[in-house]
Order: sequence, then C-alpha cells, then structure tokens
Amino acid sequence: MAEIIAGVATSHVPAIGAAIDLGKTGEPYWQPLFRGFEPSKKWIADLAPDVVILVYNDHASAFSLEVIPTFALGCASEFAPADEGWGARPVPFVQGHPELAWHMAQSLILDEFDMTIVNKMEVDHGLTVPLSLMFGQPEAWPVKVIPLCVNVVQYPPPTGHRCYMLGKAIRKAVESFDRPLRVVIFGTGGMSHQLQGPRAGLINRDFDVNFMDRFTGDPESLVRLPHVDYVREAGSEGIEMVMWLIMRGALEDRAKEVYRYYHVPASNTAVGHLILENPSLPQQRIAETRIEFGMPQLDRQPEDVADEVIV
Amino acid sequence: MSDDGFDDIPGTILFDAERSRQGYHLNMFCMSLMSADNRATFRADERAYLAQFPMTPEQADTVLRRDWNGMLELGGNIYYTSKLAACDGLSFQNIAALMTGSTQEEYAAMMLAGGRSPEGNRSKAEWRRG
Repeated sequence: MAEIIAGVATSHVPAIGAAIDLGKTGEPYWQPLFRGFEPSKKWIADLAPDVVILVYNDHASAFSLEVIPTFALGCASEFAPADEGWGARPVPFVQGHPELAWHMAQSLILDEFDMTIVNKMEVDHGLTVPLSLMFGQPEAWPVKVIPLCVNVVQYPPPTGHRCYMLGKAIRKAVESFDRPLRVVIFGTGGMSHQLQGPRAGLINRDFDVNFMDRFTGDPESLVRLPHVDYVREAGSEGIEMVMWLIMRGALEDRAKEVYRYYHVPASNTAVGHLILENPSLPQQRIAETRIEFGMPQLDRQPEDVADEVIV
Repeated sequence: MSDDGFDDIPGTILFDAERSRQGYHLNMFCMSLMSADNRATFRADERAYLAQFPMTPEQADTVLRRDWNGMLELGGNIYYTSKLAACDGLSFQNIAALMTGSTQEEYAAMMLAGGRSPEGNRSKAEWRRG
C-alpha cells in the first residue's frame, strides 16, 4: 500500500529560481534564505521518497483565462518546464507517476472532488522552485512528481476548508493504491505578500508566524479563515496559503512539525517553510532529525529583517 | 464587485468575476507576449499590435502609457501584466515599486527592512486618515 509519510510547506517565489539558475545563492541577499533549506535538502535526501504530490498554482503559464480549473491533477508521464517570458528554467523535465495520478483522480472524483484531469501541461516556477529548494540542481529529479494545480488567481479560489478536505481525500486515495510507494506531499505558495497595486510590498510577520503556529497542532482553527482575512492581513497573493491546507489535510492529525524556517524578503515575499512528519515514520527518524537540525544561528541583518530558524 | 469586505482593503485590486470579464482581452493580449515573435511584433508597432485585441480604448491607453495600476483597475491581472513588464525588461519588484509610487531604491529598502507593515494598511479609512 502506498503511504503519505511527510509534508513540506514552502513559498515558491520566482526570484528564488532565478537566483539558483544564475548562480547567486551565495550572494549576501540570498545566502540566508538558502542556508535555511540546507537541513531540508538533507532530510529529504535521507528520506528518499518515491513520489512527491506537489500542490501549487499556475501563474498564467499552462492555463490562461481561457480555461480556469479550480483543481487540476497532472496525470501525464512527463511535464516540461514552462517558458514564462524569459526562457524556460534550466531544470530537468518533471517525471510524473501516471498510475498513481490516475488512481487519485478516480478516487477523488468518486469521493465528490471534481478534479480536472490534465494529460499535457507545462509547469512553471510554482512547481519547479520548490523542487529546486528541496533537491538542489540534479541532472534528473530524484522523485516522480504529481502536480496538483490550484486556482488562486481568479476569485474565488477554493476555500481553506475545501482544500483541507481535499487533502483528506488525497490521503484516502493514496492509501488505497496497491503499491508500496512512499509519498511526500508539498503545499506551496505564500506566505504574506502583495505584488499589485499601491499596497504592494505588504508583509505581515505576525500573521505568518501565527499561521505556522496553528498549522500543525490546530489546523481546524485555520480552515474557516475567510479569503478576505488572508487578503487584508497577508496581502492579495497571501491567499496562496490555502494550498498549504491541502498538504495539512493529507497528513495525520497527529503529524509533528520537525522543522521551520521563515525569512523576509525574497523579492516581494515572506518565505515560510515547514516540514511535518506523520507519526507512522519510525520514531527513530524523528529523533535523529530533531538532533541533526539543531538550532542554526539567528541571522538578523539589518535589525528589523525577520530571518530565523526554529526547530 | 464583492461586498464582503474586500472593497475596504486599501490599495488592492481584487481580480473577481467582474474584472475578469472586463479585462479578458487586455489579459489575453499580455498572454500573447509569452511568444518571442509576438514580443518583437509588439515592440515594432505597439498600437498596431494592440488593435488585434478587442479591448477598450481606455485599456489600450493604459498599456501604451504603462499605467500599471490603471491596467489593474480596468480588469488587468498582475500575473498577466507582469508579462508586459517582462517584455519591457522589468521584474515584479520593478513594477511593484512603480505601482506604489516609490523609487526602486526606496521600495527595495522597504522590503529589506521587513516590508510594508499591515498597521495602518488594513482599511480605506486608515488611508484617508493618512
């Protein structure tokens, strides 16, 4: 039986992809951000999952206003990186897992989640930046990836509650797949940011930290948060955080946070990152992970910049 | 327009159903700039290129003047208008600065200092009070 063993939440800022692709990760602006993901890269390399279900949103790359699916599941065997107007990112093609993806589509639809099935789709920075952050720059991605693309551009996006319930249905779908696959689910986007209008540049550290604090132990308190609260408090693009709730719903109630990182800014955005493990992972791994991550030094330059690692 | 609190958020243009209908051709023009050939044609004669898209004269005018907030107010969406920005060699942060009326230096410094605080930026009443 397939099993979801862990979840990863991370922002997917396009400038992070550009920094990686242009070899700027060691520059003072970017170095703290990438240092925050070093433990995560080691964690996932040790875990060596078979499949990543990657929840993200398309940014007018694969879809335009011609077709706007609320939940689109990538069932193809391969997904090409999209050219977003400045050339496609120089990253490997994404290899899908059509058998599991189709199984998920059937299970979810019969579970009353009316998924859009996608057999041809290019994937933009929303999907490839999280892969780069977690897996670095390999010749080929070391996992199969099932893209789950969520509309958060055209109002209304799905509610947080719908996302959370979809996550639960994804868990059921994966657990009913008759092959011993170890699956990690990524919820991406966020955290607070606003790219548009005279209020662009909004960052709400208190909202972000509170969201992360409640995310693991008390997600039920987040799922009814109305869209308007995300937009007012976390900026117009902060609404992307509803996608994290799909990941949370797919994990067990007793999942544990084993790693957290928060950094401002990456271009216009607050970067938030969490790793959650299901209790079904051997206890030894959680213990090892906690020790290994330790407590990297806080980095606050200038004084007001929020940049911290909390284990 | 929605009446559930969104309209009271200052300096923020929600891409709702009404704006999506209003801005369809403006946004699909921006989408066409994903192709290098189209970008070259657009640059060679912006007015002629825009005439292929049945947008309103006001919408076309915001494009020609690169009025980034004006495009959003007439139904443009930031993920589409950012393609016009990319065609001009501008990043998300470049147009964010333009939309806020800041210089690039001021905007970048604000982000480095932790971004724009939500304090005083939650309701239009707060902006009117200054």
